Amino acid sequence: MNIEQLDFYTQAILSMAALVGLTSFLMLGQGRLLRLIFVFAMQGFLLTLTTVLAAYSLNNPHLYISAVLTLALKVIFIPWMLRRQVVQMNMHRDIEALKNNTAVMLGGAGLMVFSYYVLHPIVQSSSVVMLNALAVSLSVMLLGMLLMISHRQAIAHVVGFMSIENGLFFAAIVSTNGMPLVVELGVAFDVLVAAVLFGIFFFHIRTSIDSLDVDLLNKLHEVDK
Amino acid sequence: MNWLIAVLQSMLFVVLAPLLAGWLKCCKCYLQNRKAPSVIQPYRDLLKLSHKQPVVAEQASWIFLISPYIIFSATVLAATVVPFIAVNLPTSASADVIVMVGFFAFARFFLALAGLDIGTAFGGMGSSREMTISSLAEPAMLMAVFTLTMTASTTNLSLAIAHVLNEGLVLRPSFVFALAALTLVAIAETGRIPVDNPATHLELTMIHEAMILEYSGRHLALIEWASQLKLMLYGVLIANIFLPWGIAETFSGQALGYGLLAIMGKLAVLAIFLAIAETLVAKMRLFRVQEYLSFAYLLGLLGMLSHIILEAAR
Repeated sequence: MNIEQLDFYTQAILSMAALVGLTSFLMLGQGRLLRLIFVFAMQGFLLTLTTVLAAYSLNNPHLYISAVLTLALKVIFIPWMLRRQVVQMNMHRDIEALKNNTAVMLGGAGLMVFSYYVLHPIVQSSSVVMLNALAVSLSVMLLGMLLMISHRQAIAHVVGFMSIENGLFFAAIVSTNGMPLVVELGVAFDVLVAAVLFGIFFFHIRTSIDSLDVDLLNKLHEVDK
Repeated sequence: MNWLIAVLQSMLFVVLAPLLAGWLKCCKCYLQNRKAPSVIQPYRDLLKLSHKQPVVAEQASWIFLISPYIIFSATVLAATVVPFIAVNLPTSASADVIVMVGFFAFARFFLALAGLDIGTAFGGMGSSREMTISSLAEPAMLMAVFTLTMTASTTNLSLAIAHVLNEGLVLRPSFVFALAALTLVAIAETGRIPVDNPATHLELTMIHEAMILEYSGRHLALIEWASQLKLMLYGVLIANIFLPWGIAETFSGQALGYGLLAIMGKLAVLAIFLAIAETLVAKMRLFRVQEYLSFAYLLGLLGMLSHIILEAAR
């Protein structure tokens, strides 16, 4: 089935999938924390658009509620909170030196191929084109993990974690045509709690090792002083 | 008749290139709170340079002397390949996009040789930098263009644009990536701000200017004109591949006029975006250019991947 024979909704969803994948790559190569958080907010905004699109075309009104939740949490609240913490801890002028940036990016492209390869049997056996978007959301998850591995700042780790959740959310929207509202409310609440907990963790890491660079966690206090 | 239109189109391309450069400079001046020169200032500069006597160093060999002519004519030939105001012209039917990239490579080869020929430190430095950048930019550009050609299943630009045009509005995820990749490559290849600064002669940062430092008079005019043509060529490529609407499909006077207006409007808007980007972004260190271009390559690769993953027939 060619893309020009699909309806406009499917084309739009596929374009959204591509853009969400692009934001994941942008996050992977970003050394500045504030810009990383901004790209994360952009990814949340794309998810909101996708949800609104799904709600409109599937005539599924409760998806509007989940779109509003996504907008409030992932575009406004969590980025705002992370941003405030970065500014408070005076890290907004630091640039993290990323090791092997090019290799990590190419590894990310490899992960995208890999996730498609893994999902290939499923995509072939089912007729739904949406499952193509599933490959993208799997790769968003894997890229989130790669982000957590390649960056050293704890805040970048949190952004990576949240983008893994974004990938799951995208998969849920495009492949199931909207989960039950209870499930979405539960997930949204979980994310909110996680964000607050991470804030407390930042505080503790910072008071104990005086930095948010997790590489320093390997060092023992007694040896260093 | 077709050939006549093709020749006219190429001439128009060559004649309008300085206008685009002038307009871009105007936009930039306006954004930076400076008084803008007239839009036709590049024409005046070219005219003035062509009257001046070229000064050639004693050590210069024949390569230095013929290079401006080769560079200019190769760029003009590349311009004939790209559909400007009409598709299905005989010149663009005879060569495809790989030939166009080949013309660019040819022109760049002679530019780099000319930079080395005089034996000044700056020329050699500029040539080495130019070759470094182009060796990274070329695969990224080909990757982006191949995304289009895979969609249209032809490497002929004219046929590919006609294919995009006939399909109507299709949202293609692969085109989003290809557009981003091609824009990044275009900025690098035409020597615009994050990679090279066209307005300065600051020794340590210049790339293009370093190579042409020894040129003067009509030689300099030809090289300047060729680089303006190259800027326009990339602009037309981006505008006509991704937003081909308005380009003439028949050779009636009305369609051609409409096509000319459409492409000039598109280029004017594109120049405004470029001016905004150049005002906002600072020039990056030379050693970060490879990161920038590998990102462009990655985008091209993603475009290709998403063409295969998301759009391919099965």
